[in-house]
Amino acid sequence: MNIAASAQVDTEVWDMEIQPKTGLFDLNLKEVWKYRDLMWLFVRRDFVASFKQTILGPLWHVIQPIMTTIMFLIVFGRIANIPTDGIPSAIFYMSGLTLWNYFSACLSGTSNTFLANSGIFGKVYFPRLVIPISTVLSNLVKLAIQFVLFFAIWTYYQYNGFAITLSWTWLLVPLLTIMMALMGLGIGIIISSLTTKYRDFSILIGFGIQILMYLTPIAYPLSYIDNPKYKMIIQANPLTPIIESLRFALFQTGELDVRGLLYSGVVIVVSLFFGLIIFNRVQKTFMDTV
Amino acid sequence: MSNTVIRIENVSKQYRLGQVGTGSLGHDINRWWHTVRGKEDPYLQIGDVNDRTSKGVSDYVWALKDINFDVKQGDMLGIVGRNGAGKSTLLKILSRTTAPTTGSVKVKGRIASLLEVGTGFHPELSGRENVFLNGAILGMSKSEIRSKFDEIVAFSGVDRYIDTPVKRYSSGMYVRLAFAVAAHLESEILIVDEVLAVGDAEFQKKCLGKMNDVSSKEGRTVLFVSHNMLAMKQLCNIGMMMQNGLLKYEGPMNEVAEKYLVAGITKASEAVWDGANEPGNENISIKKVKAAALGKSSQDPIKTSDQILIEVEFENKQNDIDLDVTWDMFDVEMAHVFHIGTRVDDEKKITSGNYKVSFKIPANLLNNKRYSFNITFGIDQRYVAYRHEGILTIDVEDALQRQGASIHQYPGVIHPAFEWERKKLQNFNVGQPLLQ
Repeated sequence: MNIAASAQVDTEVWDMEIQPKTGLFDLNLKEVWKYRDLMWLFVRRDFVASFKQTILGPLWHVIQPIMTTIMFLIVFGRIANIPTDGIPSAIFYMSGLTLWNYFSACLSGTSNTFLANSGIFGKVYFPRLVIPISTVLSNLVKLAIQFVLFFAIWTYYQYNGFAITLSWTWLLVPLLTIMMALMGLGIGIIISSLTTKYRDFSILIGFGIQILMYLTPIAYPLSYIDNPKYKMIIQANPLTPIIESLRFALFQTGELDVRGLLYSGVVIVVSLFFGLIIFNRVQKTFMDTV
Repeated sequence: MSNTVIRIENVSKQYRLGQVGTGSLGHDINRWWHTVRGKEDPYLQIGDVNDRTSKGVSDYVWALKDINFDVKQGDMLGIVGRNGAGKSTLLKILSRTTAPTTGSVKVKGRIASLLEVGTGFHPELSGRENVFLNGAILGMSKSEIRSKFDEIVAFSGVDRYIDTPVKRYSSGMYVRLAFAVAAHLESEILIVDEVLAVGDAEFQKKCLGKMNDVSSKEGRTVLFVSHNMLAMKQLCNIGMMMQNGLLKYEGPMNEVAEKYLVAGITKASEAVWDGANEPGNENISIKKVKAAALGKSSQDPIKTSDQILIEVEFENKQNDIDLDVTWDMFDVEMAHVFHIGTRVDDEKKITSGNYKVSFKIPANLLNNKRYSFNITFGIDQRYVAYRHEGILTIDVEDALQRQGASIHQYPGVIHPAFEWERKKLQNFNVGQPLLQ
């Protein structure tokens, strides 16, 4: 044993150095990849654990969007009488809601990373980024279930005259989903980093998501907005092009807003970039202030 | 030098006391303003030594201050210190749950920490699922866990419950499973903090054995924090003692444990106080304690063959109470030797004033080692009026010991002289009654 050890006298190669601060861009993403098994187990845990001791189990993922869609049908369809671009309103609402729900689940889940996991973070080290990423991934399971529901309902409408037409544009759906995931992740980790010391942001996020939903064309099509001032506000929302493109991808209504999507892409890159830097900085010492 | 696996260099950790609020926001802004102008953090220059009992002047304390230490491969390092000495902060930095304020730690190999076992156990998941989850949290890959799964379950001894949610487990079973996972980690360095507090005696023994294997047979390094000096002395080869965030002493574990146990204990076998510094409170103040061989002064050595007189003089400040005095004696490993007491007056309640209470420890009872005493004053044999820990220390010397001979220490807490009877038996046949 000693022979092997003394062979490397003075070379002193350290595997790891714990320091007060690391470089700004020392993000250690490689390490996150090393913990991919853990990420997968967290995804599994989230899914399995959330339905233990419920009778309906994963069926709850179906009931939730149906209830919201019914609410939308009544409030925006019947009471407010907002048109839906010639698409059956149930299908219209549901397409937007499905992706929106995914975004809001990602955002509220990841923005809670440090507060909700401080117990485990205080005891063991693993790359903290594993948690928000697994949140985004486990919500993907819910998204898939909701998409299945969406197509089931669409199939029902097919017999009422709104045909399902396969098109190349459907290939955009995974891309849009990834964009939503990254947007939720980017903004979420920024907020989670800001809430470790001062909790103000976690209060903000609760109703912030609500407001954001109304600023996103989910219950109405963008074409319905006439007032240019309001239209600008809604178009400034980086989620708008994604939701509009989803409708284009599914129903081929209107045309693809490439410039809008590029705008969303820039917002995603910027928020992820800053998110990762802030998150990385905060994760080292957040235990002292949380 | 070559086989150093952990090098701790000038590590300090500062904490801010009090609450997070607008006050701390002000400090944060000030700190930010200093860094923007390229100046040093103004709050790093202040800060009190971390003594939890005294009220400091500053809002900042140093939980660790300038710690330098090297740990070699295969070492079993025991870290001792009173509550708040900085042991856990140090382990937290090593296990990377928090970063040091200044300084750095360099490490070779993987570190796994058992700061508290069962980290990440999800109550709703079964034991099996939790083994995988917990293993992954501690840094094992799925295939690694799978290959060790049977071993882990066997070690934990909870086979029967392995598919039951862990929320149905008893706390002991929970810890068994959790420790089993952690003990089978393939990390080069293992950090263990007070895990043995739970679990039954059999399991504790198993854990200590496992830790011993990990260190001596597998050549892995273990850092161990515990208040159980006996376990520490058995397991660890080197030790470090922390006090108020400073590294007070380092060396072989036996010496460190000894230093730790006598630190803070009145060394003298006699102490006299007067006026303001009398130990006590509104009920009692102690004027004098003394331990001496009967008929000699407290300066004279106490031999195992001596009767030992233990005396206390104190002032009782209350009228008309039923007061009792209790002595607890401990040996150096903090094994509790006895707990004895008496009422100051068996017949009636006592009045305020000065009293003297003493008792004698018979000759030829104690071992030749150091013992320390706690004194407790009780009221109505129910309430504690005043307690003072470590008020007296005695060193008992072997009466048979010749000058200059090497010190022989008998194992055991005490070493009484019992009466022996010895004779040769005639015509003794095993298994047969002795008939004339």
